[in-house]
Amino acid sequence: MRALAPLRRLARAVESDLWWSFTRSPTVVISALVAVAMIGSAAFAPWVAPHNPFDLATLNLLDAFTPPLWLEGGDPRFPLGTDDQGRDVLSTILYGARISLFVGFCSVLFAMTLGVTIGLVAGYAGGAVDAVLMRIADIKLTFPAILIALLVDGIVRAILPRELHDRIAIWVLIFAIGISNWVPFARTVRGSTMVEKNKEYVMAARVIGLSPARIMWSHVLPNVMGPVLVIATLQLGFAILAEATLSFLGVGVPPTQPSLGTLIRIGNDFLFSGEWWITIFPGAALVVMVLSVNLLGDWLRDALNPKLR
Amino acid sequence: MLAFILSRLLQAIPVMLTVSLISFAMFAYVGDPVTIMLGQDYTEAQREALVRELGLDQPFFVQFVEFLENVLRGDFGLSYRLGRPVADLILERLPATLELALTAALLALLVGVPMGVYTGLYRDSWLSRLFLTVSLIGVSLPTFLIGILLILVFAVILGWLPSFGRGETVAIGWWTTGLLTWSGIKALILPAVTLGLYQMTLIMRLVRSEMLEVLRTDYIKFARARGLPDRIVHFGHALKNTLVPVITITGLQLGAIIAFAIVTETVFQWPGMGLLFIQAVANADIPIMAAYLILVALLFVVINLIVDLLYYAVDPRLRSGLAATSGR
Repeated sequence: MRALAPLRRLARAVESDLWWSFTRSPTVVISALVAVAMIGSAAFAPWVAPHNPFDLATLNLLDAFTPPLWLEGGDPRFPLGTDDQGRDVLSTILYGARISLFVGFCSVLFAMTLGVTIGLVAGYAGGAVDAVLMRIADIKLTFPAILIALLVDGIVRAILPRELHDRIAIWVLIFAIGISNWVPFARTVRGSTMVEKNKEYVMAARVIGLSPARIMWSHVLPNVMGPVLVIATLQLGFAILAEATLSFLGVGVPPTQPSLGTLIRIGNDFLFSGEWWITIFPGAALVVMVLSVNLLGDWLRDALNPKLR
Repeated sequence: MLAFILSRLLQAIPVMLTVSLISFAMFAYVGDPVTIMLGQDYTEAQREALVRELGLDQPFFVQFVEFLENVLRGDFGLSYRLGRPVADLILERLPATLELALTAALLALLVGVPMGVYTGLYRDSWLSRLFLTVSLIGVSLPTFLIGILLILVFAVILGWLPSFGRGETVAIGWWTTGLLTWSGIKALILPAVTLGLYQMTLIMRLVRSEMLEVLRTDYIKFARARGLPDRIVHFGHALKNTLVPVITITGLQLGAIIAFAIVTETVFQWPGMGLLFIQAVANADIPIMAAYLILVALLFVVINLIVDLLYYAVDPRLRSGLAATSGR
C-alpha cells in the first residue's frame, strides 16, 4: 500500500496545482484544444473526413488539381483543393495525420519502455552494468537520432525482401525512431532510481526478501515515472517530426499509406507548376500539430518542476 | 595539455572500433556480395573461387582485421549500385557537404549570438518578443518544410534564387568549390539558411538564458559599480562568460548539421554526401552506408576533440589543472 501513496499524491496535485496552472495560460489551453481536436479528427478520420482518399471508385481524375475553395475554380466538395490524382487534400491530411500520430505514439511508447527498463536496471544494479549501459548511451548520444533511424531503416531494408518490407514498413519505422530516442528516458530514470534505491521503503522491500525485479517494477518504478511522462510528451513532437522527415526522404511509410511527410513529398513535385496547396496544407497541419504538442510538453515540464519557475 | 589530448584520443579509439565493428557486421551479414557480383548464371565452383578470393571463408575476426586495414588505407570497397569505389564517390561529394555545413554553422553563430545577446539584455522589448516567437516556430518547423517554404517564396514566386544544385563550381585540385562563382554563392544561400535556421534559434535561446543568468551575478554588479561602460560590461564580462556552453552546443550541433544536411540536400538536390547516403539507404547499398557511418563517426570524434580544446582557450580555470577534478 505504501507504493500507492505517491500515486495518490499525484492525483491530488492534478486536482490543485496542475489544473490551476493549466487554466491560467491561454496559450496552453489553446494548444491543448488544438491537440485534442487534431488527435480526435485524425483518430476518427473515416467518419470525419468528407471523402475516402483510398477508395479508388470515388476518385475522378477530372477533379485533379482543383484549387482550394476560396480561389478561382475552387469546388465546394473539396475545401482545401485536390491533388494530382483528384484526392481531396483535407481528407488525405486527416488520414495522413492518423498515420503520423500512430507512428509517433507507438515509437515514443517503445522508446519509453526500452529507456525506462535500461535506466531502472542501470540505476538499481550500479557498478559494471551501469557503466556499460551508460557508455552505450553516451555513444548513442554522439550520433543525431535521425541518422540512427535512417541507418536502422536502411539495414532492415537490406535484410528483408521488398514485399515483406512494404507490409511491415510502419513497424520498422516505429522501431527505428524508438531505438534512436531511448537515451533521455534512460538517463532520467537512472538518476532518480539511484536516489530512490537508498530510501527506506526499498530497504524494507529488500529485507522482506522481494526479488530485485519485483522491487524495481512495483516499488521504484511508480516513484520515478513523473519526469518520464514529461519527457514522453516532449519526445512525441520530436517523434512526429522524425517520422515526417523519414517519410519525406522516401524511406518511411510506403506510398500506399501516406503520412503527412509523404504527402508533403508528393506535393513538393507540384510546387513549381503553381499547385502549392498540395504540399503547404499538409505542412501546416504538421507544424500546428507539433507546435501544440511541444507547447503542452513545455508547460507540463514547468508545471511539474517548481524549481524552474 | 599534451596528456589531455592523448587521453581524449585514447577514449576515441573504442568508439571508432565499435562503429567499425557495426559497419563490418553490416557488410558481413546484410546482403550477399557474392550473389550480387556473380549475376544470374554461375557454377558452384565459380562461387567457391570467388568466396575464397574475397576472403569470405576466413573467420569473422580475420575478416574484420582485414576490413580495418582496408579502411585505414581508404578502401571502402565498391558501391553495389554504382559499381565505383566508394572512397572516390565520397571524396567527390565531400566538398559540397562541408561547404554547406560550415556556411550554415557560421550563419547560425553570426546571427544567433547577437540575437541572443540582444534578447538577453532587453528581455521585455517588442523586438525580443518577436525573436522569441519566431524561434519557437523555427524549432517546430521541420527542416524540409523550411526548405520548401523558402523555395516557394524565393525561387517560385520571386524567382530571385535557384532552387536546386550547386551552380557553377571551380575545381581546386580534387576540391570543387562553389564559393568562387556568383551562381555558386547564389545557389548556396537557400540551403545554408534552411540548414542553419534551427541551430540559429537554438544558439539564440542558449545565449539568452546564459546572459540572463550571468547578468544577475555579483561581478557584473561590481563592474557596473566601477562605472565601466555598458559595452565593456555586456561584451567583455557578460558575453565572455556565456561562451563555454555555447561552444559545447555549437560543437555538438555541427554533428547535427551534418546529419540534417541529408534532408537539406534532398530538398535542394544538393550533390553532397547526404544525398549519396539517402540514395544508398533507399537502395540498400551497404558499402556506401558503412563508409558514411565510419566517416561521420570520425568527424564527430574530431569535432568533440576540437570542442574540448576550445574549452582550454576560453576557460582559464581549466588551464590551472582543475580539469582533472571538474568532472569531465
